[in-house]
Amino acid sequence: MATYIARRLIQGVIVLLAVSMICFLIFRYMGDPVLTMAGRYATQQEIEEVRRAFGLDAPTHVQYARFIWNALHGNFGKSYVSRVPALGLILERFPATFELAATATLLSFALGLGLGVMVSLKPYAWQNRLVMAGSLGGISTPTFLTGILLIMIFSVYLGILPPYGRGETVTIGFWRSGLLTLDGIRHLILPAVTLAMFQLAVLLRLTRAGMREVLTEDYIKTAWSKGLSSRKVIFKHALRNVMIPVVTVAGLQFGEVIAYSIVTETIFQWPGMGNLILTSIFETDQPVVVTYIMLAAVIIISINIVVDILYALLNPKIRYD
Amino acid sequence: MFEGTARAVDDVSFFLDRGEVLGVVGESGCGKSVTAQSVMRLIPEPPGKIVGGRILFDEMDLAAVPLERMGSIRGNRIAMIFQEPMTSLNPVYTIGNQIAEMFQLHRKLSRKESWKRAVEMLAKVQIPAPERRVYAYPHQLSGGMRQRAMIAMALSCDPEILIADEPTTALDVTVQAQILDLMMQLQQDYETAILMITHDLGVIAEISQRVVVMYAGKVVEEASTGTVFADPKHPYTHGLLRSIPKLGDRSAGDRQRLAEIKGMVPGLLALPRGCRFHPRCPEAMEICRERLPDLFSVGPGHCVRCWLYGETSGETETG
Repeated sequence: MATYIARRLIQGVIVLLAVSMICFLIFRYMGDPVLTMAGRYATQQEIEEVRRAFGLDAPTHVQYARFIWNALHGNFGKSYVSRVPALGLILERFPATFELAATATLLSFALGLGLGVMVSLKPYAWQNRLVMAGSLGGISTPTFLTGILLIMIFSVYLGILPPYGRGETVTIGFWRSGLLTLDGIRHLILPAVTLAMFQLAVLLRLTRAGMREVLTEDYIKTAWSKGLSSRKVIFKHALRNVMIPVVTVAGLQFGEVIAYSIVTETIFQWPGMGNLILTSIFETDQPVVVTYIMLAAVIIISINIVVDILYALLNPKIRYD
Repeated sequence: MFEGTARAVDDVSFFLDRGEVLGVVGESGCGKSVTAQSVMRLIPEPPGKIVGGRILFDEMDLAAVPLERMGSIRGNRIAMIFQEPMTSLNPVYTIGNQIAEMFQLHRKLSRKESWKRAVEMLAKVQIPAPERRVYAYPHQLSGGMRQRAMIAMALSCDPEILIADEPTTALDVTVQAQILDLMMQLQQDYETAILMITHDLGVIAEISQRVVVMYAGKVVEEASTGTVFADPKHPYTHGLLRSIPKLGDRSAGDRQRLAEIKGMVPGLLALPRGCRFHPRCPEAMEICRERLPDLFSVGPGHCVRCWLYGETSGETETG
């Protein structure tokens, strides 16, 4: 197991290098940050000075090597716009996005699994057909539409939930949390539900399909023949087998959740990384965008390793040696 | 797609004495497994349903008790082993866990005690190094070992009846013999009654005292094992016996073709009128096409559902 994780970590480093390289190449063709920084009325000389000041006059490969060297020292450069370290800027926003994404993932995992099992047991009951139809809606409705509809219903018509912002937060160390105040939690509900909707539908359908297949397996018949209660047969003997694909997909989806959170955060004016990154792209704030992409890559690689470990715990046929 | 109601098993009646081994034999699709699973109420509803009849067990009608109460009977008083040892054990739990579960459930033993008993059961079914094998997952065991583990699980709560649904069919011939020997030995130790379901008359000859021959959802002959082999009455039983290859049967140069029963078991939705076997029967008579014969008694404990042995006063087949 240890060798396996080590190997995965090395692979992760290679992926990070590749990602950073692609970032750099893209930025060669994504507008000139110097023009933004120097201002619209700068003279040619002023522009050159800014370019030199930020080291942007060097050839791409030199800039890249410089970036990697600095990154290894934890220095991802300063934002061209706010002139503060990019990493700090992003990490400051990280708790907001993490809390949103984690809540959404937990919500979709718990509800997806629960409803999926329920629906699989009586697939032809009308309530369950309704759930399935709803999940189809969940899959096909784009996140921005779901968000706007939820705001319309719960904030505008019913007026029971706040439509934007993070509400009251509590700071513990560097972590600004919205989960510890009632106001913060009320603000979290709509964006989390919006973000969870799509994942929920996918997990529900996956769980249902898996359960229906597993319930016809011989070992389920064995479990019944042992005299076990339906609770034991379903949750011990069937669900554990269904969990194997579900966990894989749920893990992959966490990456998607972070990606979709850009849209969700924009709709709900959520002060997270997604909102920051959108502004930074408009302003060609290269260090911030690159740092964000690198951080996203780190998160996704870590999740994949965690999923692989869970996979081995769930499925005894898998041994990493 | 529903194409109508199929009676996979129709009016099948037999009895099983305490400690007796009863063989149920017939071709694939004749209703053996459905019969076995009905006894345990394992037929999924829907689409399946027990529409009538009684399953009497110790003065209790299993067809009528609420499903919740089956929990204390299944595994505890009637246990079952299946045809496919490769898929009958849950792949994500150790066999120890799956056997210990029986003791925790029916004997209310602690986890630790249950595992100890699981090791003992594995030793009883002659699995080598049982104290290590309890931690094995099904995929780490061979087919024969898995079937032994299944037997250990089934017998763990000392059931009164063991239903064995083709327990040796999926195994190698040598392993088949070992498993049968084991079952016979355990049957004597535990005095468990066994309902042995098989299409293999060799298995029947080896293990059972009485035989029920089934065809297309009906019992066609019932007798002691010796009688069935020495003096079979029903043309279908004759056919089954003739289709077994015998060693040393090929006298020099005279290679005989193995006898077969022509045709196939009819589909349950298109059962023939009259005797269900008549389209394949070499001795079919006029009446066989018209009316379903009763089970006629032809000797002590020997019944046959065939017009060759009865009066022409049988019931008229209407279905």
